[in-house]
Amino acid sequence: MKLFADDAWRTTWNYFKESKGGLLGLGFLGLVMFCVIFADIIAPFDPSLQNRDALLLPPIWTEAGHWPYILGTDAVGRDVLSRLIYGARYSMFIGFVVVSLAVIVGTLLGLLAGYYQGWVDTVIMRLMDVILAFPSLLLALGLVAVLGPGLVNAMYAIALVMLPHFVRLTRANVLSEKNRDYVVASRIVGASNWRLMFNSILPNCMAPLIVQATLSFSNAILDAAALGFLGMGAQPPIPEWGAMLAEAREFISRAWWVVTFPGLAILLTVLSINLVGDALRDALDPRMRRS
Amino acid sequence: MFKFILGKIILLIPTFLGITLAAFLFVRLLPGDPVTILSGERGISEERRAEMIAQLGLDQPVIVQYFTYLKHILQGDFGQSISTHRPVVEEFFERLPATLELAFFAILIAVLIGVPAGIIAAVKRGRWPDHVLMGSALTGYSMPIFWWGLLLIMLFSTILGWTPVSGRLDIINYYFDPVTGFMTVDAWLSGQEGAVKSALHHLILPSVVLSTIPMAVIARQTRSAMLEVLGEDYIRTAYAKGLPTWRVIGIHALRNAMITVVTVIGLQVGSLMAGAVLTETIFSWPGVGKWMIDAISHRDYPAVQGGLLFISMLVMLVNLIVDLMYGWINPRVRDGK
Repeated sequence: MKLFADDAWRTTWNYFKESKGGLLGLGFLGLVMFCVIFADIIAPFDPSLQNRDALLLPPIWTEAGHWPYILGTDAVGRDVLSRLIYGARYSMFIGFVVVSLAVIVGTLLGLLAGYYQGWVDTVIMRLMDVILAFPSLLLALGLVAVLGPGLVNAMYAIALVMLPHFVRLTRANVLSEKNRDYVVASRIVGASNWRLMFNSILPNCMAPLIVQATLSFSNAILDAAALGFLGMGAQPPIPEWGAMLAEAREFISRAWWVVTFPGLAILLTVLSINLVGDALRDALDPRMRRS
Repeated sequence: MFKFILGKIILLIPTFLGITLAAFLFVRLLPGDPVTILSGERGISEERRAEMIAQLGLDQPVIVQYFTYLKHILQGDFGQSISTHRPVVEEFFERLPATLELAFFAILIAVLIGVPAGIIAAVKRGRWPDHVLMGSALTGYSMPIFWWGLLLIMLFSTILGWTPVSGRLDIINYYFDPVTGFMTVDAWLSGQEGAVKSALHHLILPSVVLSTIPMAVIARQTRSAMLEVLGEDYIRTAYAKGLPTWRVIGIHALRNAMITVVTVIGLQVGSLMAGAVLTETIFSWPGVGKWMIDAISHRDYPAVQGGLLFISMLVMLVNLIVDLMYGWINPRVRDGK
């Protein structure tokens, strides 16, 4: 199934590269992806290796810091930089799994609701209203409380609270597309419901879904880090950025570097994704192109 | 108008039932049955167990159990906290003022900075103030506020020593009984000199942290609402009439952009409650967010269940008010289909 013609990709890219912010974000994400892929090679240390002779060492540009602990060490002597590099794997993995889950299930439910309408629509949409009625992080927290703290459960919980956005978006697009001439024409020539939904309608609903997926990616990373920080997500000694911050909290008055760098990594990653998301939205929205 | 209000309220009923059903099922999802959870780690005898099952109505069909639960909720009975043995309603409403006070100041800061920032960005579109303001807004929007809170504590409390690290009042120098639960108001009512200042002093850092994301959203939305309005014919007419710029922007444009802005502010309530959980945890602020986190870590399920239910009902109520306000400001919404 081809969702986009080559031409559409090229046009989108041409508009995208006009956004400096988008390119900057893409560049930083490239760096993060580099860390994700080559973490084993570029990280100076094993992320869980404890060096008892180097507890709470500051970064190398301060007086007390020394090589090779570039960003210093934490309270048990683990290298902060190595943990950040490995942590990138967790954050990107979380974002990818959560968004994939939410997109696949959400698009499917949205297609069903919009295409069949009637009671299918009512049931699905009322369910989504219920999920939306809870503040997302709180619902995720409640779910994790039931399922038990941990990274995998946190990912399920975040995917669930993101679901309604994809369902609503897909449904709205399906409703506006399903009576267009090209859909009616394929129906007349005998296309099955399945074919109409996935081959005719879905490809024309992709643009807003891509933008929503990008923005959800950053939310997934933020929410997972928040859960990790609250002790409900990734558990120590996993070098997930949120969990690292939770461990660093008690050293706030003694070791600024263990608090500063994990948060900075979260901020820069999330900001880059949002920059890319904004630029993508402008590039994919024909109305924005003209202005 | 009456029909409009009634329609909005009727639409909430299925959602309300859904929320209560979700809260009811929430406890069913737990591994083990409620009696095991209620009886704690030491366990209880078989007779006592059977007694408790009958007492809690667990021998009834699930659907009957749900309606019993619903009946209790409608009567204001949200169950009892396992750790304190007090009604969840009491526990919740005791802490709600602290959260509301924090949320109120956060929204106040967010609006006071976010709206002007959005207006300036729209008026200076494409020039450096726009880039700086919108860059900051996107950074604020991407902020992990739990880290932001730690950074601010590190800077303003630990290094500079300007603000306290946690709590709501300097309890060594001031004491008074809570009247309203809002520390600033109670401090003022107590008449003790310096108490209000101390309360505000404790409030400033947490409210700045909590305001960050709503501020960013408000600034971005104000900008796009203003940009839309600034392109309208009546704005051109206002300029053509020779009105000064501040009048055109401050009165003609802003008034129409406010409809969007008010909606956005209303929609922030949900995320504000979520943000309160993180902010209250960092600053040991004794509100409902911290209470929920404590309840989760103590496995106090009735409290978690009740808290989730209350908070979502609160969000629902605020959204209803925003909807109604929207209909009141904009007659097209009220009468149109």
